[in-house]
Amino acid sequence: MTTPTTNTPTVNAAEDLETSGPKWIGSALQPVLAIIAALFLGGVLIAATDDRVIRSASYFFSRPTDLLSAAWNAASSAYQAMFYGAVFNPNADTFTRQIYPLTETLTVATPLILAGLGVAIAFRAGLFNIGAQGQILIGAAMAAYVGFTWSLPLPIHLLLVILAGAIGGGIWGGIVGLLKARTGAHEVILTIMLNYIAANLVAYLLTRPAFLREGSTNPVSPPVAESAQFPLLLGAPFRLHWGFVLAVAATVFMWWMLNRSTIGFEIRAVGSNPRAAKTAGINVTKGFVVVMVMAGALAGLAGVAQISGTEGSLSAGVAASFGFDAITVALLGRSTPLGTFLAGLLYGGFRAGAVTMQTMTGTNVDIVLVVQSLIVLFIALPPLFSAARRKKSGSKPAKKNISTEKPAQKATAVKEAQA
Amino acid sequence: MKLELRGITKKFESFAANRDVSLTVEPGQIHCLLGENGAGKSTLMNVLYGLYRPTSGEILVNGQPVEFTGPSDALDQGIGMVHQHFMLVPVFTVAENVALGSESRKGASLDLETTRRKIREISDQYGFAVDPDAVVEDLPVGVQQRVEIIKALVRDAELLILDEPTAVLTPKETDELLAIMRQLKADGTSIVFISHKLREVREVSDVITVIRRGEVVGSVSPEASTSELAAMMVGREVSLSVDKEPAHVVQETLVVRDLTVVGDNGVTLLDDLSLSVAQGEILAIAGVQGNGQVEFVEALLGLRKSSGSIQLEGRELVGRSVRQVLDAGVGFVPEDRSHDGLVGAFSVAENLVLDLYKDSRFRSGPSLKRRAIASNADHRIQEFDIRTGSPQSAASTLSGGNQQKIVIARELSRPLKLFVASQPTRGVDVGSIEFIHQRIVAERDNGVPVIIVSTELDEVYALADRIAVFFHGRLMGIVGPDTPREVLGQMMAGATEAEAHGTDTDATSVPSTPWEEQA
Repeated sequence: MTTPTTNTPTVNAAEDLETSGPKWIGSALQPVLAIIAALFLGGVLIAATDDRVIRSASYFFSRPTDLLSAAWNAASSAYQAMFYGAVFNPNADTFTRQIYPLTETLTVATPLILAGLGVAIAFRAGLFNIGAQGQILIGAAMAAYVGFTWSLPLPIHLLLVILAGAIGGGIWGGIVGLLKARTGAHEVILTIMLNYIAANLVAYLLTRPAFLREGSTNPVSPPVAESAQFPLLLGAPFRLHWGFVLAVAATVFMWWMLNRSTIGFEIRAVGSNPRAAKTAGINVTKGFVVVMVMAGALAGLAGVAQISGTEGSLSAGVAASFGFDAITVALLGRSTPLGTFLAGLLYGGFRAGAVTMQTMTGTNVDIVLVVQSLIVLFIALPPLFSAARRKKSGSKPAKKNISTEKPAQKATAVKEAQA
Repeated sequence: MKLELRGITKKFESFAANRDVSLTVEPGQIHCLLGENGAGKSTLMNVLYGLYRPTSGEILVNGQPVEFTGPSDALDQGIGMVHQHFMLVPVFTVAENVALGSESRKGASLDLETTRRKIREISDQYGFAVDPDAVVEDLPVGVQQRVEIIKALVRDAELLILDEPTAVLTPKETDELLAIMRQLKADGTSIVFISHKLREVREVSDVITVIRRGEVVGSVSPEASTSELAAMMVGREVSLSVDKEPAHVVQETLVVRDLTVVGDNGVTLLDDLSLSVAQGEILAIAGVQGNGQVEFVEALLGLRKSSGSIQLEGRELVGRSVRQVLDAGVGFVPEDRSHDGLVGAFSVAENLVLDLYKDSRFRSGPSLKRRAIASNADHRIQEFDIRTGSPQSAASTLSGGNQQKIVIARELSRPLKLFVASQPTRGVDVGSIEFIHQRIVAERDNGVPVIIVSTELDEVYALADRIAVFFHGRLMGIVGPDTPREVLGQMMAGATEAEAHGTDTDATSVPSTPWEEQA
């Protein structure tokens, strides 16, 4: 989206060539269509579980319009409630309360954007980083420790907390990069296992005196010092804090890094064609380590946003499911910085709006999870469709295999490149 | 089984891999298909095996026209194939592999006993010494190949296609395979034997059909001399001539001593290789594909671990990283540009600095100089006549020739101390070939030592000041550009220079030799 070269590593060049028309259709329009389709299907689901719709379905043949209008009402009022809860509530009496939902969306989106950027940057280097959850947790634990044990003046303390979170996440991601570079272990398995380790490590730490809140039997750390917290961006009653500015800054930095810096050039080359990158003198294995440290650091910052922003203390649930939502955010954002930012906002809006939707219309919040999952499903579908189309059009051998006498060799070469 | 191919043509879009190929395999005959890599042998066999459908022409089995939609149809007709790359499941046992696809059952469970018995029968009959319960990945390559043959025989194949079966075998295993082939033939099995190795072809074949550029050049008997076969195989077309002055050799600046590369599986891929290249000359490395050329350039560039010594202007390159080798002034055009030379998703401009982005011309600190990269792209696109919509177009959208120009433009856009190009014109249109050859010669005339690796003899002759011939990872000799094709062809098939000249004098009666014999 930002430059002509923003290809996700999951899309290969051959597929790009097949999409006709301008390139942005493939990269920007598709997520939008996926969102619309998912919202539509979500609406059908909302309607199907609505009491009035079910009742009117029992006399569908005598008055079919009842069913349709009931269905429309159910879905539209649910989405309207979600909009009120996520963006703007026209029914509130003061302007502050009217725009409160929007600030809430931005607050929730902050860790999603930061962790999403972490997943996205790994995607760009061809790595499937499932480990944002663990990286958030370790970053949060480090940040919290620095936050509640040290006492320093505000800007310095906060900066150290941010640094600690980035280092914590960076180490957790770096382990993955290092193991992959040294042993060739697959990053998906490594990150999944490190997620378990991180979750249990944090749970264990919260039983130790060093982390446990005094006098508390619940596994919660002491609250971080005031000097370790993000100041509120708009003041009370809004919860929106300077962590959001950090997320914006991280987005801008990542855009610059990927598109304007030598490191980003290397990362993109490694992600798009590791063999050519190697031949061009780029140290691919070192690239893996660097990328995973950066990915982990970004996820660690998401942990900081939780500790120094919304939560204020470390608990086992401090990362919620942000680490996993970050994967879908990065996918939806096509692994571009801007796309990830926007996708983070959307998912933040879903989370913020879901609660209002349930209280106002009684629609279950889980429907939002379904919509989120459908979006990812629809994004994954088009390659499926084109694969099916290719199969139907006959097993036409790929153009590249024509002149070579050994197609099998080509296949193994590709496999090697992917390994 | 009698097999006839009549007028088989196989086209991939506009490219004809086979053109009007006709041949007949008599029952109990070993019929050899001889041709260089890329001549269309494997395509023809894939047509015969039902993997490809011919564009035109027909296949007759015992006089009846047949049509294959897949390998199972070919198998039903009694045609079995042993592929160059084995189609075995490494973690399965021999019996499981043989049973795969036609398992016999006992109720719901797999019955391997029948298969085991058949394997033992065949193994005893031909002296294969194959244990049905051995796990395939533990077996040597030669035995794995026998498993492939057993797989075909168990399915009652009356005609076996062996696609370059000796490419992966040691000389001893090759002899054993040839013996097996003779035995199969004695039992009435027809064999189509694909190879480019003249010695074994002459040893075992009944009829030899030579294919060049997708067409049958002729059928000969195995009594034909090696030089005659070599001449037919490599062709005698007039080479694309390149205007070049004689080399002004200055000083040998690249010295390779005892370079050895051992593969991951312990096989020696490059064996104690020593050569040197002088400033202002082009050394062409000739050889059939897969004889160590790729390993040589990869070792040179630091992509592959090697032992020995490579000195460029006195600096040791062995043990250096790719980055360090490039920084030492080595320009490299890889054989497979789309995999190794370009990032297809990157723009033309970005690809033009793919290994130069750290140069102070294109970066300041951690940041890329976008304007410098853009103006560099404009210059190179003009200088090398790269046909692209815009410098921002993805490199994958360009034609092969233009992609290759990107790679060559990039590598020649800095002062070099050594220029290495592998298959510089493979898959490149004629116009671009000429241009690329001119640029390579121009680089030589600038006083840069140049190494060209090519399996195209035409290209070797067009460019080389000296020709080094590789065979099985060894240097068979370095000869002048006036060496006759027959001699070169035999050296490429494993003869030393002296041997090649020796057998050549035997064959002076062959009138088709357009070159003067060397004294």
